[in-house]
Amino acid sequence: MSTRASTLTGRIMSAPSIIVLFLWMAVPLGMTIYFSFLRYNLLSPGMEEWIGTLNYEFFLTDPAFFASLANTLLLVGSVLAITVVGGILLGLMLDQPIFGRGVLRLLVIAPFFIMPTVNALVWKNLLMDPVSGMFAWIASLFGLPAIDWFTNAPLTSIIIMVSWQWLPFAVLILLTALQSLDRDQKEAAQMDGAGPISIFFYITLPHLSRAITVVVLIETIFLLTVFAEIFVTTGGGPGLATTNIAFLVYTQALLQFDVGGASAGGIVAVILANIVAIFLIRLIGKNLDK
Amino acid sequence: MGAIRLEKVKKTFGTLDVIPGVDLDINDGEFVVFVGPSGCGKSTLLRLIAGLEDVTDGKILINGTDVANEAPAKRGLSMVFQSYALYPHMTVYNNIAFGLKMAGESKEVIEEKVQSAAKILNLTDYLERRPSALSGGQRQRVAIGRAIVRNPAAFLFDEPLSNLDAALRVNMRLEITGLHQELKTTMIYVTHDQVEAMTMADKIVVLQAGRVEQVGKPMELYNNPANKFVAGFIGSPKMNFLGGELAQKRDCHEIGIRPEHIAVSTESGEIPATVKIAEHLGAETYLHVEADGLGPMTVRATGEIPLGEHDKIFLTPEQDRIHRFDAHGLALGNS
Repeated sequence: MSTRASTLTGRIMSAPSIIVLFLWMAVPLGMTIYFSFLRYNLLSPGMEEWIGTLNYEFFLTDPAFFASLANTLLLVGSVLAITVVGGILLGLMLDQPIFGRGVLRLLVIAPFFIMPTVNALVWKNLLMDPVSGMFAWIASLFGLPAIDWFTNAPLTSIIIMVSWQWLPFAVLILLTALQSLDRDQKEAAQMDGAGPISIFFYITLPHLSRAITVVVLIETIFLLTVFAEIFVTTGGGPGLATTNIAFLVYTQALLQFDVGGASAGGIVAVILANIVAIFLIRLIGKNLDK
Repeated sequence: MGAIRLEKVKKTFGTLDVIPGVDLDINDGEFVVFVGPSGCGKSTLLRLIAGLEDVTDGKILINGTDVANEAPAKRGLSMVFQSYALYPHMTVYNNIAFGLKMAGESKEVIEEKVQSAAKILNLTDYLERRPSALSGGQRQRVAIGRAIVRNPAAFLFDEPLSNLDAALRVNMRLEITGLHQELKTTMIYVTHDQVEAMTMADKIVVLQAGRVEQVGKPMELYNNPANKFVAGFIGSPKMNFLGGELAQKRDCHEIGIRPEHIAVSTESGEIPATVKIAEHLGAETYLHVEADGLGPMTVRATGEIPLGEHDKIFLTPEQDRIHRFDAHGLALGNS
């Protein structure tokens, strides 16, 4: 890529894919922004008209918006906490020379390869079902009443399911980070009189900080848009108990047929995701510069 | 105080005898160097003393108490690792202070000890830096600083200079020797470099395949090696070993002559030879020669010698510097 001719050739050759990728992103975004300023309801086709920011006013003052915003943050925060803490503990365990480590590692990674809808169905029908579920059966062994998970603890159930799905990812990243920890450092700390707990907090945890940053950033991106698990199990309810922003946008568009309102919600979700991203990168992204 | 005594220390990994049983006395304040080729068990022996490996059998006595089953920190020893093993996320100050912090010392005591260690090691200006912002030699000094502050019974060094370049290695060698003279603490130093062993040690322990081949002062090992292995390992370039007629004439299986104990002449001498390669270093000349009927030999001559490839020369060993060995490689005393 040194001569002018080869540079030009390179540009011409790569142009189609760049243009396609740009359109792929820009056209839907532009249309969504345009729709968000229209009154556009599928029940009254052909009646679209420009209504300015009214959609945004409705969406942002809707009590459902604040409920789903809180649900989204609670869901993301809880799953992050569970997967990071659980990932570190499981990673530490799998880093030890224990019996059957190879098989254990495979088992721990497995949930990541299960698609979210299947995951949700397995939890809903096989594990958490109050009549035929595994948990109900275990409870009955101890003479306890079965818990109706999706009625009594809906958001907790979703958090458990999503955590189960994302724990393998955290374990995978954190385990590789643990394996790269220099053995000499641990031994030096041992010579310095640090016990296992001190070694964990002073040596292992700081060493993991980068990996934890990666886990938090990547998981946050995906957890903000959790949808399948909610759609398959609770359908956002009871009430609004498990509705997050992504699900709220869905109900606006496809249950109330309000394309304009849903577009406004979508744009709000994009803005919120960007706020979270900026916040995260400011807060922990500096770990990546080291 | 730091007298260390090993009694029948044994280490096996599975069925592999890494250290079949070592007895060794290290006196208080001594600078002892474990030297041997790679894989001879010298690092394992050091790690056994440190407590980073469990002994299979035997006793490790530090000042008379058996510590073979104690945790590393309880033994009162400090170790400097080959990789330095600095804590990368801590400043130099915190690196040095870590051991004291773990021991529960007060802030004032830590401050004082860290500052005095930093002063000894010329690290005062770098205390707020992280290890990644230091040069190799400075990192090495931080590792030593971390060892010093704990005021140990003995320092353990595991090949501490092998990651440094040649010039820095010579400097650090002098610094460590100086440190030993200043602190007068027992030091155990592991290296595969016999030059480090010769220059630094009060006492050298030569190891091979987990066995102690010989223990002694550097010059004792140089002048009276107990066997062929020690004779070949100590001294650079390596000793020449010759069999055949020359050995029979001296009543032994093989003789050993150090390259520096051979006189070179172009007219007459005991062993006729042909120069293959001559390395001219200015102060001395290394001649790699092919001795007639005896095979390759190395000769070290002082000063500049105008010899080159294919030159015919005659070699005459210094008669009282010839080492004699029996068929098992054991030394028979000088002839």
